[in-house]
Order: sequence, then C-alpha cells, then structure tokens
Amino acid sequence: MSYYQPEIECADVETIRRVQSEKLVKQVEHVYKNVPYYRDLMDKKGVKPSDIRSIDDLHKLPFISKYDLRDSYPYGFLAVDKSEVVRIHSTSGTTGRRVIAFYTRHDIDLWEDCCTRALVAAGADKEDVVQIAYGYGLFTGGSGLNGASHKLGCMTVPMSSGNTDRQIQFMQDLGSTVLCCTPSYAAYLGESLKASGISPDDTSLKIGIFGAEPWTEEMRRNIEKSLGIRAYDIYGLTEISGPGVAFECSAQNGMHVNEDHFIAEIINPDTGEVLPEGEKGELVFTCLDKEAFPMLRYRTRDICVLTREKCSCGRTFIKMAKPMGRSDDMMIIRGVNVFPSQIETVLIQCGYEPNYRIEIDRVDNNDTLDVFVELSSEGFSDTVREITAKEKDLSNAIRNMIGIGAKVHLVPIGSIERSEGKAKRVIDKRNLHD
Amino acid sequence: MRVNQISVMVENKAGKLADVANFLAKNGINLRALSLADTQNYGILRVIVENCEEAEALLKGAGYVVTVTQVLAVKVTDRPGGFAESMNKLASVGVGVEYAYAFTSSETGKAYIVLRVDDIVKAENALGDKENTWKI
Repeated sequence: MSYYQPEIECADVETIRRVQSEKLVKQVEHVYKNVPYYRDLMDKKGVKPSDIRSIDDLHKLPFISKYDLRDSYPYGFLAVDKSEVVRIHSTSGTTGRRVIAFYTRHDIDLWEDCCTRALVAAGADKEDVVQIAYGYGLFTGGSGLNGASHKLGCMTVPMSSGNTDRQIQFMQDLGSTVLCCTPSYAAYLGESLKASGISPDDTSLKIGIFGAEPWTEEMRRNIEKSLGIRAYDIYGLTEISGPGVAFECSAQNGMHVNEDHFIAEIINPDTGEVLPEGEKGELVFTCLDKEAFPMLRYRTRDICVLTREKCSCGRTFIKMAKPMGRSDDMMIIRGVNVFPSQIETVLIQCGYEPNYRIEIDRVDNNDTLDVFVELSSEGFSDTVREITAKEKDLSNAIRNMIGIGAKVHLVPIGSIERSEGKAKRVIDKRNLHD
Repeated sequence: MRVNQISVMVENKAGKLADVANFLAKNGINLRALSLADTQNYGILRVIVENCEEAEALLKGAGYVVTVTQVLAVKVTDRPGGFAESMNKLASVGVGVEYAYAFTSSETGKAYIVLRVDDIVKAENALGDKENTWKI
C-alpha cells in the first residue's frame, strides 16, 4: 500500500481532530478579519471568532450558500490582497451565475497535494504516463490533476478534453497508463476504442481517475471493462479548491476526505441541523488552511453519507459515499424527487449505453418526463412493434426505480450528443424558476 | 422465396435519410427494393440489395444501427386481384403479415411483394412458390 503523505493520511483520529481544531481557530480569525461579507453573517448570528475554540464549535458558524457567492461576486470572498493571488478558476455557471475562486501559491500547493494523494491511492507512481483529458483553463479538472502528476514526477500528457481520435493516438503512441477525465468521457473513449477495433489489451492503460460529475457503480464496471482498467472516483468543487477534496482508494467504496485541509459535515438541508455519521443529508465543507478563498461551512448541495468505518487501505480520513447527485441535478417531477443517476442505473441494468437525454415539460398542468435512449445494432430488430415493446419494458423498469412513469424514446446510436466535458443530460422546459 | 433484407434505423431528422442514401451510393450499393417505416423519433429504412453481407458489414462499420431479416419475396401477376390471391392463401392458414411493400418487376406483367410474416415456413407452404426464384 502506498501513500503520498502517510503521516497525516493514516494518522489516528485524535491527531486529525487536533490538527483541524488548531487550523479552524486560525481560519475563522482570518476570515472574520478579511471578509466583511462573512463578518456580517457571523455578527448577525452573534458569533465571535473567540467563540470558536475547536471543531466542536464548528456548528456555531453560519453557512455560506451559492447565493452568498452570487451576491458577493466577484471579489466579496477574496480574503487576501489581490497581489497575493496567483491564479483563478471558475465554475461553468450552468446553475446560475458563475463562481470565481482565487488561489495563492500556498492554495495551489495544498490543492495539488490533495490530487497527488488521489493519484497515489489509485496506484500511480513516477513510472506512470498520465493522460489528462479533463478540460484545462477555467475548469479546475485539468490543472488540478496536471499539478499532481508533476508533483509525483509522472510523464504528464496535457491533452485537455475532446479530439477523441488524437486522445486514442497519444494513448497508444505514448503508452499512457493513467487516464484522468470525466466518467462520461471515459465511457465515450471506451466506445470509441471499440468502434476503432482496438481492444483494451492493445493499450497500456491500467488506472482511471474520473470525477466532476455523478456516476454509478454500473458505469464504473462498464468503463473498467471497456478500457481494461480500474476506475477510481475523485470528488471536488471549485468553491472548495477543485478535484481532490476527496478521493477513492484501493477499496473503491467511498472517497476519503482530505481532512487536514477540509472538514466535512452532513446537515439536514431543510433545518441546517448537523446529522450524525451514517445519515444521509447535504454535504458541507469548511476549508481549514486555504488563504485566498476560504469557504467556511459551504453548502455543496450534494446529497450523501459520511462514514468513519475502518478502511482496508489503512487511511483514517473519513469517507464520503458517492453523492446521489447534486441537489441542483435533482428533478422534482410530479412532486417526486428524481436523480438522473437513478435513470442511468436502470439503463445500464437493461443493457443500454448510459448516454441519454431527459426532457421534462409541463403539459396541461401535468409534468411530463421523456427519456431518449440510444439503441445499437445488437438490440435492433427491424419492426416498429418490437422497438415499441422495448420502449415499454424500459419505461416499466424506470417506473419501478423512481416511482413515476416516463415515456421512453429509443433512437439510433449516435443521435444523442456526446459530451467531452460535463454531460448536459437534463432539459427542463417548464420554466419554473423565473 | 426467402431473401435477406437490410434494415437501418434512421434518426427522424432532416438530412439523416440523405446521409444513409449517400453512404450507399458512395459504396456502389444498388437498391433493388426499398421502403421506409416512420415513427415520431426514428424511421426504419428497409432495402434489398445484391450483396447483403457486404452492405451489412459496410453499414455497421460506419456506425449505423443495422439488422438483417429474412423476408419473403412473392412474385404475383401484375393485374387486379394478384395481391388478393396471395393474401387469401396466407389468411387461410392463419399467417400474420407484419408489413409488406411491393414493386413491379423488369419481367413484363409481373410484380413482387416483399412480406415479413410471423411464420415464414407456413407462409412458404401456403404460397407454394418456393421455386419461383427472384433474380436480384
């Protein structure tokens, strides 16, 4: 078993709590002093920095929501002088106004440490050739893994996203052993290899590190098979730093949160109450030692579960389960909460590709759910009657999973746009948020 | 007689049918018979070609959604009642017809009906025209 920074990754829980408490006290002072917006939030709640003496006091602090970031855009949460900032990254802004996050040299360094821990946990070392097919630029994916690959001393192939033919060519010519990209693009690369008649044995790939969007266990198995690798999840968000806030280890059953830099909490999203370990709720992060953009109790809108059960890899950091989806992804259809990942699970179980499009509309005051799914030659049977029967079967399977009916439309493979970054799978035509 | 028919699933979108047609043209595939079934989201283009295996491999290689089905090509006399005679024979033995399309033959006075039926053996026996070979 290899670790990048074993002294903290495998530290006993008391040590982790002590490190967190020491850093939290300083961080709250730093934010209170330098971020007037958060100082106001604390004052309104009647909390002073001196009230925060250890992580047991964390619950006293006010939350930061994406609305706070929107209202303070762009510099409201910048906690250092602009001259200390060496880089910015930004969210895609698909769920509202974009968020711009700032980094000092120290912030970049700790973020890259986190991503390096992820690479090592997945089994990479300096002999590896790391092909990074995450987007570079404003998106954090490319830069985060790029920095980590440098730290580990790997030969880094900064492909960025897209241009699939060139990805496959470099993968083969250079003998890439580690692939970093979004899971939907990994699935697409798998399909493309197959279409080009290249067997997974013809590549040197052995490890995949995939994140930036929710994916299912079924999708993991499909990707592992189509690329001939072991696939590991990595979690992060721009507001907190980027990929590497949490990472998967050899156990492949949850992601260790880098607790020396981030505190994870689970709260009841309606009341804000902190929930005990093992309960499902909204994930909240506190940055312990970031300088430029230090979020305290930032509400991620991700729904998941935390557990501190002993892990076979030897790490002691708390583990988060795969998020069930961001609460932004959550669709409320006829009053029922539905996550795209649930529909994806059904598709894979029924033998379809996880490339789909969901359309929600409201007709005569009734929500409609239409799911477009691709059919390949293997499932195609010449008559409309047989295709209609398949649509019906799939529709029933979706109803069993989510509890409401969906109209399934099978379309020929290739009809649904492939994503090279984050997949845009849901189109809500109801205009409920104006 | 039985013939192999190629079916291609085509997205219901302007230009998609032209894509398939151009692909077939570019590869020198001559169409002997053709029909198109349509639904809201897709169409099924059914064609009969000289070299079915080759055409199937080419289409699949290009990423089309393709399947090959055995259908019956029935030669009938090109006159009123020609189609009815064949249908009566099938009806008398209870064979169901999934779909059918027809075209006139280069042979004067003859036409062909292409049939997909639910029981191909029963249909052949009822029609009694196994020897009635169709030169593709």
